[in-house]
Amino acid sequence: ALNVSVKNSPYSTKDPANPFEDITTHNNFYEFGTGKGDPAANAGTLTTDPWSIKVGGLVNNPGTIDINDILNSPELEERIYRLRCVEAWSMVIPWVGIPLASVLSKYDQQGDAKYVSFETLVRPEEMIGQKSAFGLDWPYVEGLRLDEAMHPLTILAVGVYGKQMPNQNGAPIRLVVPWKYGFKSIKSIVGIKFTAEQPATTWNLQGPSEYGFYSNVNPGVDHPRWSQKTEKIIGSGIFGSRRQTEQFNGYKEQVASLYEGMDLVKNF
Amino acid sequence: MAQSKLWTKTPTWIVYLIGFLPAAYLIYGVVTNTLGPDPIKVLENNLGERALQFLLIGLAISPLMRFAKINLVKYRRAIGLTAFFYVSMHLLVYTVLDRQLDLSAIIDDIWKRPYITIGMTAFLLLTPLALTSNNYSIRKLGAAAWNKLHKVVYVAVVLGALHYMLLTKTWQVEPIVYFVLAILLVGSRKFYPKRKKPIKAEAKQLYKQPEIQNAAAPNLKQRRISLGRYFILRQAALKRPC
Repeated sequence: ALNVSVKNSPYSTKDPANPFEDITTHNNFYEFGTGKGDPAANAGTLTTDPWSIKVGGLVNNPGTIDINDILNSPELEERIYRLRCVEAWSMVIPWVGIPLASVLSKYDQQGDAKYVSFETLVRPEEMIGQKSAFGLDWPYVEGLRLDEAMHPLTILAVGVYGKQMPNQNGAPIRLVVPWKYGFKSIKSIVGIKFTAEQPATTWNLQGPSEYGFYSNVNPGVDHPRWSQKTEKIIGSGIFGSRRQTEQFNGYKEQVASLYEGMDLVKNF
Repeated sequence: MAQSKLWTKTPTWIVYLIGFLPAAYLIYGVVTNTLGPDPIKVLENNLGERALQFLLIGLAISPLMRFAKINLVKYRRAIGLTAFFYVSMHLLVYTVLDRQLDLSAIIDDIWKRPYITIGMTAFLLLTPLALTSNNYSIRKLGAAAWNKLHKVVYVAVVLGALHYMLLTKTWQVEPIVYFVLAILLVGSRKFYPKRKKPIKAEAKQLYKQPEIQNAAAPNLKQRRISLGRYFILRQAALKRPC
């Protein structure tokens, strides 16, 4: 178990969290297969210790983060966040993590750094989905604008329900950006870079018309193949309910200012 | 045509019984709440996949007969109706459980989402086929018209497979396999071996023999049936083993 002082984070939602079972058996993690149950079935093979993250790009002091430094960080806290998948379903998850900003601020960025890019591990011998000739190109890559990355809601998560991150959820360390569609929250991170240009992102490369760089949760902008107006609540059973999807997944108050003056239909 | 005793004697209700097993398994999953965190999606996907499987099995019956001389035609109606049962359940889960009868959302989906438009079209194409899958309809429509109508299944299966392929976020193996199978099974109809010429030649030969000509010929000739058919009927008329 992680050493978390469970304080009531002001960033946590009051919505009831899904049980551990839901969170660990309904996953999108194509490195372990495309089915929702595949990650739980196949991710056991992943070695997560030792683990480190290389930090580089436009910084004056590139370096390596050891996962243990984060696992033992006094800054760890519980953040109960809504998660809205681009596939129009949602969950509530009690993550344990530290603000990404507090990790990034240790690095002396160069003036022209405007974005942060992230990269997932490539290890086909342990990640069966990476052996498939179909599907995504590896490594999985993601990115945020620097101000999005530094936002207090953005965390690097290392656990769920006070326990270390289950492999199928992106062990040992993953990003969580609660106002964006789930695929932005890249899993099993091994690299972080500061960049001047907007970094390439995996799903955008896969389908540029379907997945934008921003991918902010937005009920007003449909996915070309399905509506984003409502979402299915995972764990609510066979006669379960849908709920209206909220702008920025309900985090509008905290994050709307990041996008002031931007056309969110064009920059979807 | 070669027929094993096993498959000529097996009653068709066995097909309905076996066909219902996957549905029973899903119902069991619903009752025991073991379909996982997103049971609606599991139902939707499973029912849709079964529908495709039964449609493909139904499409395989005729090539099996033409290429492998295995005659399972007797079971085709049951297979087709089972497929339609799964198509209907799939649609029902989508409209009632997934979309919760939100009519405007459903219409929006059908109108704007090509994979749903395509899936819905396949359902609409299959409906008259299911409704006419009975002896009464065959008599009423006449065999030729009925056969023509039921060729619509070729279009419906390809659309169904396309519907599956268009809904996944990346290229995945399974939908591609279904689509390729659908194309191959429909396409195989172009390559049916020609009916044996000797039958025709033999019939012609027989036709020349006066004693056969006398059997029932005038009626048959008036109906302008093919020589092959004429031969078979003539054989029957002469009470010979065919």
